[in-house]
Amino acid sequence: MNFSAQSKAFALLLSVGLVAGCSSTGGTPEEGGEYGSDVAAVDQEGGSTVYGGDDQGGVSSSAMTEEERMAAREQAEQQALREVTVFYFDFDTAEIKQEARDVLVAHARFLANNPGQSVRIEGHADERGTKEYNLALGERRANAVQRFLIVNGASRGQLETVSYGEEKPAVMGSSESAWAQNRRVELVFE
Amino acid sequence: MTHRIWYKPSRTLLAAIALIFFAVSGARAELLIRITEGADAAIPVAVVPFAESGQMPAGDKAGSIVQADLSMTGEFRTLPPEKMLSLPSRREEVYFRDWRLLGQRYVLVGSLTRSGDRVQARYELFDVNREERILGETAAAPASNMRSLAHHVSDKVYEAITGVPGAFSTKLAYVTLDTANGKPRYRLQVSDVDGKRARIRLESQEPILSPAWSPDGKKLAYVSFETGKPVIFVHELGTGKRTKVADFPGLNSAPAWSDDGRSLLMTLSKDGNAEIYRMNLESRQLTKLTNHWAIDTEPSWDASGKGVFFTSDRSGGPQIYHMETPGAEPRRITFGSRYNARPRPDNDGQYVYYVHQRDRAFHIARTELKTGEETILTRTESDESPSVAPNGRMLIYATRQNGTNVLTVISADGGAAYSLPASEGDVREPAWGPLVR
Repeated sequence: MNFSAQSKAFALLLSVGLVAGCSSTGGTPEEGGEYGSDVAAVDQEGGSTVYGGDDQGGVSSSAMTEEERMAAREQAEQQALREVTVFYFDFDTAEIKQEARDVLVAHARFLANNPGQSVRIEGHADERGTKEYNLALGERRANAVQRFLIVNGASRGQLETVSYGEEKPAVMGSSESAWAQNRRVELVFE
Repeated sequence: MTHRIWYKPSRTLLAAIALIFFAVSGARAELLIRITEGADAAIPVAVVPFAESGQMPAGDKAGSIVQADLSMTGEFRTLPPEKMLSLPSRREEVYFRDWRLLGQRYVLVGSLTRSGDRVQARYELFDVNREERILGETAAAPASNMRSLAHHVSDKVYEAITGVPGAFSTKLAYVTLDTANGKPRYRLQVSDVDGKRARIRLESQEPILSPAWSPDGKKLAYVSFETGKPVIFVHELGTGKRTKVADFPGLNSAPAWSDDGRSLLMTLSKDGNAEIYRMNLESRQLTKLTNHWAIDTEPSWDASGKGVFFTSDRSGGPQIYHMETPGAEPRRITFGSRYNARPRPDNDGQYVYYVHQRDRAFHIARTELKTGEETILTRTESDESPSVAPNGRMLIYATRQNGTNVLTVISADGGAAYSLPASEGDVREPAWGPLVR
């Protein structure tokens, strides 16, 4: 998964915050370096190592830092959750499983924070049963995910649904395991 | 005259039935034909090779095409020519005693005459026991169209014996799927009912679904994903002209023609949920026929052309429903298991055919409308897309055999069968075309 524009912006903000904090208080370069590397561990692409290295001030407030640490950790967790973009369903149902909920909430928050980002929600069914009913079932699954994302902060304009029914299996074959992997909704970020 | 024909597959007979492969000619994508089951009570018929005068086109002989047509229904058992004691081509040459000796009920004799670029067939069918001619006709066709001429003869012979018009001159539409340059290749094709003379009508890297014949056999409506989502097209077979008729947000699927060819039933989800609509093809005006939070799809006119069968999961799982008139309160038809879908009517209002789940398997089943009695017709286990022949005697469906999708034709009561695997790749979504006179 790509680091998104949002996470880059977040890291940048974090770094700017560090610089601002340091300039007001002063401190040791070593400390500054420490914080720099800490942030860098969160997001190498964010450019935070550059700011860390430049920093002459160090950190005055450990409370602020803790907040930042938590924010960074939260950021990393959210990002890790968003690595998951495929959600599975039971036969002939469109019920979102418990384990998918946290992940979908993370996607919804991300979409809420990035109004310019759109996502295609692709609904699929396994090969069993009839093609046209499965087309409708795939749509019902995609719609269920769409509603969940909207309830959790995404806006309708960011979301497009399409059902492929049983036409585009993720896995070929007629086993329980293949069917389980084919009854799914995929989020495709565009 | 009419014979009621009963056939029930017997294990011993099934074991004895040879697999018959007819040669594949031409395009690689052509279907093969494989007769998998005969019927116990198959009627013995001798199709004597037709006498020929003048140059005949290369390819299968008319007599052997007729013989193959009759055999593949499972209703007839044809006598191999090498077992015949004589090869008559006219009434005067038919010795009924000989044919009785060979256990034959009927004998078809005939001759072909070439004149210019046309071929004329003269043929006669005899009832061996009664020593009577029950059919005697002539028919002609361009020499390039011998298969059509032969199928026409098969239709007449079938009707003379069973009392029901033959469907050998009708067409099948279906979709093949193979891989070309690492990409899926979907092809909408039209062939004869024996899989011969296949022609590709549309090729796409995206799925093609649900071909449906117009009543005059000149157009197909179908669902194509070529624009990235399901859209309904109407395709004129003569000209190749295609019209996008339904491209609303959401699903545009499951087209089914009305008897007059002027409107399509279809499933749309433009208002957020799959509902059944009727579209007037001229004005494009839509009438909503269902309005329920459940999935409503797979509509099909009933045999009367006035009512509509469809699939709905309003009871919790997919079941077959019937509306007496479009938009009327639906009545549930199927109760036998938790999954019954994709209804297709027969041609006289007696039965509805559909996909039926029993345990873990999906079969084709039918319900007698008067009694509600349900019969499972297939032993195959991943069955989809039943489509009934226009004479009501056979139906075609898609299933899996040895890991590939094939088409299988069975008699309407599930007795006899033949299958039509693609020579390469998968074949699915069969639609049996109308009788066109």
